[in-house]
Amino acid sequence: MKKVPYRHSISKVLGVSLIVFLLFSVSIFAQDGGSAEGASAEVADSGDSSGDPAKGKALFNQNCAACHSLTRKMTGPALANVESRLSDDEGLDREWLYSWIKNSPGLIASGDAYANKVYNEYNQAAMTPFPTLSNEDIDNILAYTAAPPKTAAPAAAAAGEASGSGSGSSGDGVSNELVLAALALVFGLLVVMLFLVNKTLRRIAEANGVDLSQEESAKRLPLWKAFAKNQFLVLVTVVFLLLGSAYFAYGWMMQVGVDQGYAPVQPIHYSHRIHAGDNKIECKYCHSSARVSKTSGIPSLNVCMNCHKSIYQVADETLEEGKREYGIDYNKEIKKLYAAVGWDEENQKYTGESQPVKWVRIHNLPDFAYFNHSQHVSVAGIECQQCHGPVEEMEVMYQYSPLTMGWCVNCHRETDIKVEGNAYYEKIHAELSKKYGVDKLTAAQMGGLECGKCHY
Amino acid sequence: MASNKKYWKNEAELNPNDSIVETLRQNEFVEQIPVDDFLGDKEGLSATSTNRRDFLKYVGFSTAAATLAACEGPVHKSIPYVVQPENIIPGVANYYATTIADGFDFASILVKTREGRPIKVENNKDAKVAGSANARVQASVLSLYDSTRLQGPMANGEPVEWSVLDAAVKAKLGSLKGSGQQIALLTQTYASPSTDRLIADMKAEFGNVNHVVYDAVAEDAAASAFEARYGERALADYDFEKADFIVSFGADFLGDWQGGGYDSGYAKGRIPKKGKMSRHVQFEANMTLSGANADKRVPLTPMQQKIALAKLYAELNGSSVGGELSKGVLKAIKDVAAQIAKNKNGAVVVTGLDDINAQTVVLAINEMLGSKAFDAKSPRYVRQGNVKSVQKLIADMKAGKVGALITDGVNPMYTLPNAADFKEGVEKVGLSVAFSTNWNETTEVMQYTAAANHFLESWGDVQVKKGHYSLMQPTIQELFDTRQFQTALLNWLGSDKSYYDYIKETWSNSILAGNDWNKALHDGVYSGAAVAFAAGDDADPQDEATSEEDKEIVDASEAEEVVASSVSITAAINGLANATSGGGMELELYSKTGMGAGHQANNPWLQEFPDPITRVSWDNYVTVSKADAERLGFENYHVANGGLDGSYANITVNGVTVSNVPVIIQPGQAVGSIGLSFGYGRKVGMKSEMQTGVNAYPLYQDFKSVQSATIEKASGTHEFACIQLHKTLMGRGDIIKETTLEIFNTKDHSEWNVQPVVSLDHKEVPATSVDLWDSFDRSIGHHFNMSIDLNACTGCGACVIACHAENNVPVVGKEEVRKSRDMHWLRIDRYYSSEDTFEDDNTKKDNFDGLSGDNGSLGGFGELEHPAANPQVAFQPVMCQHCNHAPCETVCPVAATSHSRQGQNHMAYNRCVGTRYCANNCPYKVRRFNWFLYNNNDEFDYHMNNDLGKMVLNPDVNVRSRGVIEKCSMCIQKTQKTILDAKRDGRLVKDGEFQTACSSACSTGAIVFGDVNDKESKVAKLAESDRMYHLLEHVGTKPNVFYHVKVRNTNEA
Repeated sequence: MKKVPYRHSISKVLGVSLIVFLLFSVSIFAQDGGSAEGASAEVADSGDSSGDPAKGKALFNQNCAACHSLTRKMTGPALANVESRLSDDEGLDREWLYSWIKNSPGLIASGDAYANKVYNEYNQAAMTPFPTLSNEDIDNILAYTAAPPKTAAPAAAAAGEASGSGSGSSGDGVSNELVLAALALVFGLLVVMLFLVNKTLRRIAEANGVDLSQEESAKRLPLWKAFAKNQFLVLVTVVFLLLGSAYFAYGWMMQVGVDQGYAPVQPIHYSHRIHAGDNKIECKYCHSSARVSKTSGIPSLNVCMNCHKSIYQVADETLEEGKREYGIDYNKEIKKLYAAVGWDEENQKYTGESQPVKWVRIHNLPDFAYFNHSQHVSVAGIECQQCHGPVEEMEVMYQYSPLTMGWCVNCHRETDIKVEGNAYYEKIHAELSKKYGVDKLTAAQMGGLECGKCHY
Repeated sequence: MASNKKYWKNEAELNPNDSIVETLRQNEFVEQIPVDDFLGDKEGLSATSTNRRDFLKYVGFSTAAATLAACEGPVHKSIPYVVQPENIIPGVANYYATTIADGFDFASILVKTREGRPIKVENNKDAKVAGSANARVQASVLSLYDSTRLQGPMANGEPVEWSVLDAAVKAKLGSLKGSGQQIALLTQTYASPSTDRLIADMKAEFGNVNHVVYDAVAEDAAASAFEARYGERALADYDFEKADFIVSFGADFLGDWQGGGYDSGYAKGRIPKKGKMSRHVQFEANMTLSGANADKRVPLTPMQQKIALAKLYAELNGSSVGGELSKGVLKAIKDVAAQIAKNKNGAVVVTGLDDINAQTVVLAINEMLGSKAFDAKSPRYVRQGNVKSVQKLIADMKAGKVGALITDGVNPMYTLPNAADFKEGVEKVGLSVAFSTNWNETTEVMQYTAAANHFLESWGDVQVKKGHYSLMQPTIQELFDTRQFQTALLNWLGSDKSYYDYIKETWSNSILAGNDWNKALHDGVYSGAAVAFAAGDDADPQDEATSEEDKEIVDASEAEEVVASSVSITAAINGLANATSGGGMELELYSKTGMGAGHQANNPWLQEFPDPITRVSWDNYVTVSKADAERLGFENYHVANGGLDGSYANITVNGVTVSNVPVIIQPGQAVGSIGLSFGYGRKVGMKSEMQTGVNAYPLYQDFKSVQSATIEKASGTHEFACIQLHKTLMGRGDIIKETTLEIFNTKDHSEWNVQPVVSLDHKEVPATSVDLWDSFDRSIGHHFNMSIDLNACTGCGACVIACHAENNVPVVGKEEVRKSRDMHWLRIDRYYSSEDTFEDDNTKKDNFDGLSGDNGSLGGFGELEHPAANPQVAFQPVMCQHCNHAPCETVCPVAATSHSRQGQNHMAYNRCVGTRYCANNCPYKVRRFNWFLYNNNDEFDYHMNNDLGKMVLNPDVNVRSRGVIEKCSMCIQKTQKTILDAKRDGRLVKDGEFQTACSSACSTGAIVFGDVNDKESKVAKLAESDRMYHLLEHVGTKPNVFYHVKVRNTNEA
């Protein structure tokens, strides 16, 4: 496992000073940020006379995108140029499309040949009827689908580039090298200045006829000799040295086995930032067993497929961001999921050949410590973030808390029992709080520090 | 009275001059540091080139290397399901109701599974019949993970595909259809309606099918007697709860008599309520669990028991019969007869004598009494074996009349007394297939071995008792490429139905009567009207196409019935009264509580389970009375390390000798009788560690459990692994308190449940009032207490195995047990005490006449009843007492053991440094030290060293490492789980929800667990009982486990 430097080590101190310098420097470099902000994405206006493709895109994303894509088969067929395709191949006009979209089951029931063909081709899953869409809406959507994908792609790419260059020059992009170089320069200057000042002073002294070298060597003992002669000073220094090394040795030893910050590379690059942060998916949607079980449970792949059956790729902006910031192609990661779960994208079917994902375990309590998620999540109502940190900001999941016994115990000492609405606690809480003379009992007062509560 | 009794744990303790006992008493920890193991080899030491400096270098290097290596942690992988099954939540246990029916044990059980792995067996409380799991059933979950299980079908010892086996069997069965040769099925007792229907289907398909049911340990006499009287081959059922007076002639009904499972009813009647409890008189040869629990036990050889039974019948009838018995026994019989006459239908008589006359007489007596406890209307079907059919089949096989032989659930090559005949027969059979979970003696001689499912992987149904059905459902997918017999049979019959569908069909057609199948499956049990039960080799009504051979058998058994029913009571009585011993010692063969018939001989839990009576593990042995042992020169003695050594004996029955049988001198064994248990001595397909004991089946001639045997001393000394003198009483005789019903009813409890007193300021005060410590207030929240009723505890040991399974207790092996390093968290101590009165002796002493001669005092005094001749027995389960003022806690230098508000004494293993001060300071000797790493250690090749065996481990309990002390935690994982469930639901905990492994396994209700702060709880009421006492109360430990004074019903009139 990756070793984590102890928090009081010298590197930490250096780090802190570095950050101080960064704080100053950022304000300097951040000035450049705004330069590219103005470049807004320009949506190509591909003129279809009968509808507005921009509105159509919005409607498409809102109503159709769950089952349809422009370019690939999903739950339903690919819809790029659907109107021209239908009129060319099947001889169906826009009227047919109106009736199909507004009431597809009706059309199937009426015995329409093509309607039934499509219905049977797609596993007899009838398309949801959209009676609320007006003809004009449908025109807009069709205009969007008729827009050649080529014109859409460069537009998106342009947008991506624009936003990319924008964020690329924003504050957090300042590299450490620059700062270091500046620092080195400053130090260099200082050294040169010091040397110059010294030289000047000596020159002045020389000019005044003072013999510096003789004076120094005659009068003073070397500093180290003076030090060595003073036994008291030596003793004090030794004591301090010993104490200091003991302190650091203790600190070093105490971090053995503590894996705070451990962030292993996972077989599938799963971004909590996108799922829990950007998309605001509730933790317990995937980690559902945290409510009832001692383990929070790594979600099984069928849970992933609840969404990823439809979400086969990320938004272009996200893709770009992933490549740029983390060197990850998110779409490839989704493909890894499909390979593991055995999902055949072409035919929208499970092949039955699955491959379990071997995640690298991050939070690893020793076997002799019993921890129950449901006790903390369901009974105590603690937010996941309290122990797991800002997961919604983590691109790569890491161990936020030290997971040491001291850390557990501290929290038990500070956290009050959540009594409200829990009939189990009512009586015992009333009696115990009276006994201890407090209003609110902490977990520790409830018995949460007893050895056997966690060790058996 | 309780106070003036002398308790002893071992016969050797009765000898005041035994220096070893004395030494052991003084020296509690007998184990010395085995310095000689590594320093004793002088030559090796001097020859070695490693000098002290090198040694220190190695130590230094390895320490540094280990330190460095410890800095980098290993990378752990975590692999979730690809598709998580709907009903599985990782970390949450699921329970399934199923049934064990392995031909010997029948019980409705719940199986706890975690992430799809069965890990524990629990009692099915919904079952009205056979709802309690005994020690073997509790342990059966480990047999599922036996690493020696067959992993696929075999042909002549080589692995094959099922398709090969299927093709061979189908071809052979097809060719036998309508031919002169029979297709023989030799199976265990299934008591299964669906299997019976299936075999009937098979008979209809092939015609010449002969189904022979074979019980390794037969109840043939009882079944035949019942059949003769009531026309159905079954066993009468008894409900001992309804009996006020129980007389048993050699029936170990608390053991495996007629399938067992009678202990819960018995125990209910044994708890004194309103001044009343049942009285139990036992006439028996071997000391059994029933005899140990009896109020009066009369040791008689089987021959004498028969005469006694005849005399009892005569007494009840007012007639008289012949036969010689001693005066004391005659008086005992008279008393019994008088008490039966007084109790009338409250009395019940049972017998385990393997004799049709005795069984007939007992049925007649119970019928005559109109006994409430006796039920012949809804009999039990758990033993259907027919000895005659088995013998006929072997004869047929030898005569070449059998074309195909298929066996399931039986191991005849091991269990048959005439195994050689069977082998000879098998060689003449065209096709032989054995269904078996393990490679064993029978699979060795059969052509094909069909790897069979464990019952936890199988479907099935059982009718244990008429009208009481239970279902067996798989709790895990087949671990290996195995099939159950019925599935294979359906396949061979050309059906494409699964056995599940087949059972469902049987049930919806004839059993459920419109009730819900899913509910029956969920409950595991279903009670309804009995359906026609085509059992054993009775021909099915629709079976018209029976072949000649089959008809012959049916005719034969019908002829038997005629003979049997013609056995009149008079003839039976005469037969009994004229019983003879056959000249030699009377050998009574029995099945041990731990091993039964030997189905699970490869189960380390059962091997290490100490026998409740002898406390010997990892062995069987011949039990001999003290008098006979002295006559024959047998010895039992303790050696310096506390181990028990004993002589060997050779036992011969009709020219068949079993040699080198270890001898145990058993107090209470009837003089002139010896006992030997089945189930041991298996060799084929077993791990070497499990090949223990001797095989008693060769002596089981003609399937009679009583044989006339000669026994002689053999050379050598046997080393027993006996948990006997390991912990001595150290003069603390008041650890058991007992009294008689009379005193209990008439005197104040301060007289029979004496509070110990100590001197404080030269005044006698109750020991509990003096204290070194300040008391901690435990009145808020939960405060767990456990109640153990010595009256209800029969010593069956189900709790011991349940504790093993729940708490990942390691198996340490015979050598370690011998060194008193057994790891049982819960032990059942067995104490012997002598009877209060020695009336017989007194009369005899009064009649002494002169020094020598028949009535001479010189020899006469020697004959006077030795205290070991017929002791009383008391069982006492002891686990950590969870003292409120625990002596162990104060001596721990690292505070690894500490106390909780809830009353549990905690043990933090990761904190323990292994000083063992706590074990030294524990007055109850319940702390166990891990001398070795028992898991992942091939030196301990039991179950924790292989991946398969580890699957039984409870993931909620730590697996302890070397060098730490462990002990009973009062199943804190279970109490915490109960509390958490209540918290999550936002409700209070109901009484009865708190359980420990032992309390939920205890079907007799002896162990009750709960929260004493809940004033309405059962355990709080038990704590207020007059019978309540704490172990060693004068020590002032204030334990949270309390006991109930044992009350014996010595009411003779």
